[in-house]
Amino acid sequence: MKYNINNKGYYGDFGGAYIPEMLYPNVEELRLNYLKVMQEPSFKEEFNQLLKDYVGRPSPLYFAKRLSKKYNTKIYLKREDLNHTGAHKINNTIGQILMAQRLGKKRIIAETGAGQHGVATATVCALMGMECIVYMGEIDIARQAPNVARMKMLGAKVVPALSGSKTLKDATNEAIRDWINNPVDTHYIIGSVVGPHPYPDMVARFQAVVSEEIQWQLQEKEGKSTPDYVIACVGGGSNAAGAYYHYLENTNVNLIAVEAAGKGVNSGKSAATSALGKEGIIHGSKTLLMQTNDGQITEPYSISAGLDYPGVGPMHAHLFKTGRAEFVSVTDDQAMTAGLELCELEGIIPAIESSHALAVFGHKTFKPDDIVVLSLSGRGDKDLDTYINHFKL
Amino acid sequence: MNRINQKLKENKKLLSIYFSAGFPKLDDTVSIIENLEKNGVDMIEIGLPFSDPLADGPTIQASSTQALKNGMTTNVLFNQLKDIRKTVSIPLILMGYFNPMLQYGVEAFCKKCQDIGIDGLIIPDLPVDVYNEKYKAIFEKYGLINVFLITPQTSVERINFIDSISNGFIYMVSSASVTGSSSGFGEAQTNYFKRIADMNLKNPQIIGFGISDSETFKQATKYAKGAIIGSAFIKHLKSEGVTKINNFTSLILR
Repeated sequence: MKYNINNKGYYGDFGGAYIPEMLYPNVEELRLNYLKVMQEPSFKEEFNQLLKDYVGRPSPLYFAKRLSKKYNTKIYLKREDLNHTGAHKINNTIGQILMAQRLGKKRIIAETGAGQHGVATATVCALMGMECIVYMGEIDIARQAPNVARMKMLGAKVVPALSGSKTLKDATNEAIRDWINNPVDTHYIIGSVVGPHPYPDMVARFQAVVSEEIQWQLQEKEGKSTPDYVIACVGGGSNAAGAYYHYLENTNVNLIAVEAAGKGVNSGKSAATSALGKEGIIHGSKTLLMQTNDGQITEPYSISAGLDYPGVGPMHAHLFKTGRAEFVSVTDDQAMTAGLELCELEGIIPAIESSHALAVFGHKTFKPDDIVVLSLSGRGDKDLDTYINHFKL
Repeated sequence: MNRINQKLKENKKLLSIYFSAGFPKLDDTVSIIENLEKNGVDMIEIGLPFSDPLADGPTIQASSTQALKNGMTTNVLFNQLKDIRKTVSIPLILMGYFNPMLQYGVEAFCKKCQDIGIDGLIIPDLPVDVYNEKYKAIFEKYGLINVFLITPQTSVERINFIDSISNGFIYMVSSASVTGSSSGFGEAQTNYFKRIADMNLKNPQIIGFGISDSETFKQATKYAKGAIIGSAFIKHLKSEGVTKINNFTSLILR
């Protein structure tokens, strides 16, 4: 296990739980129980059943014929966009709501940026009849009105984060504060492979179903379970963690992580954490993050709200530092163009997050017989306004 | 002997005050410290502002955000404090989050603290086990006392462990909350204060979070060596400025 987590909660130099003492009992309770709960046959059975009947898994592994022809290689799309609620996020929230129930929690809190994780959390809370409070930056509430409405329809209370820069990182701070103030009955459903140990590992394990399916689907289609490349976009990094998970230790599989360069890596408006970040602590985890020389966390920018986070999960920091994954950054314009190309060639409107991953084909040449699996993490319905404005449709 | 240990030996209940350096104005730091000492405060926690202060409530976060806007940085603060020991003799503690210290370099940070005459550090998001494994030797090399927090949820085992590696005082968080959130202490809290007092720990305890006036100060110090006021003092600074600090301290110490 060179690339996955060690028994102390670290991926190489990254991870751990850098949390105030007030959070220690909550996080420790989770750390002591999460693996045990996940091993329970009744937990596995309920998780798998819900993934199948409620989420609609397995998600197809689709051979993208026209895209493959254009780039002269073999491209498979892992269709997480076809999941219930439109993205991979639901895999994690299903797992965590079952975890919360097993731990006897009554109240669920979550943070959200664009609202996708908030919607996925509100969905599972409605499914289980649990109270749901979603923290969302005041600025994001204003620019993501449809998702705010969805959460409300699903019965969640959306609380504006008014502190700091009023976006995702501040919503995360507010959720953590709520947890400090409600240490006994509340479970915090973090939306990505970020936060203090055991969150990055727990979320990665819930998302690992993605690469588990890729293995047998590829076996069926290609007679082998391992692709030459796995490509995924990285904001916090949960869809990438899921797509990489079962290939982490197999270095014959090349991993490509795509970050949002925004208006350009050096433009001052970017979210390319591996290029711009330094080692430090964000939201309880030692990882790479964008910060001033003085250690203040800075505000990232990307056209894609899901990639607009100033850090990456500790797994990805480790994959970057060790060179296990190749990190590529893609600008707003390149991503939008790649998204539109998928619409035209394959009849699929991708989320702008996933469009970043698709832009890799314009950057990098693959061999004709390479098998390239790309995680199509979400669908583009939520992004129509952005596509309309960008292309003046 | 470290000034904190000396102060803890005094036969009195201690009033410690927290403020965010760089608030309300960037250059208020030294004058706030001098005024606090002049008005009978026993110990001061100087907050190094952070963009994402997880353990703090709205009052302290807003003061941190303002301080950062005013231009406060680690270097600016160290520069402001360089001559502080010419005028101030009470214990001074820096309180801040770990990331800015990590970026400065933990050893360089500690050395600078020693040069200035800082006596201790409170770093809420530096976990006890990481400190014990990686940083304890550095802190001790530069004569710094590191102060750990306990809460009503902290287990007896963990309290004993924290007591064993502490060499100053234990910061007792009065309730499960962020700073500045409660008003007045109920039965659950006084029971917790009693429970900890009865443990007879080797380190004295100072209670923080939820202390805002002379009544809560007296309640807390009935069971502990001292108490810390943060949010209430920052509110005072915000409305009255730095010149009327005596109005605040006299209300607490009356």
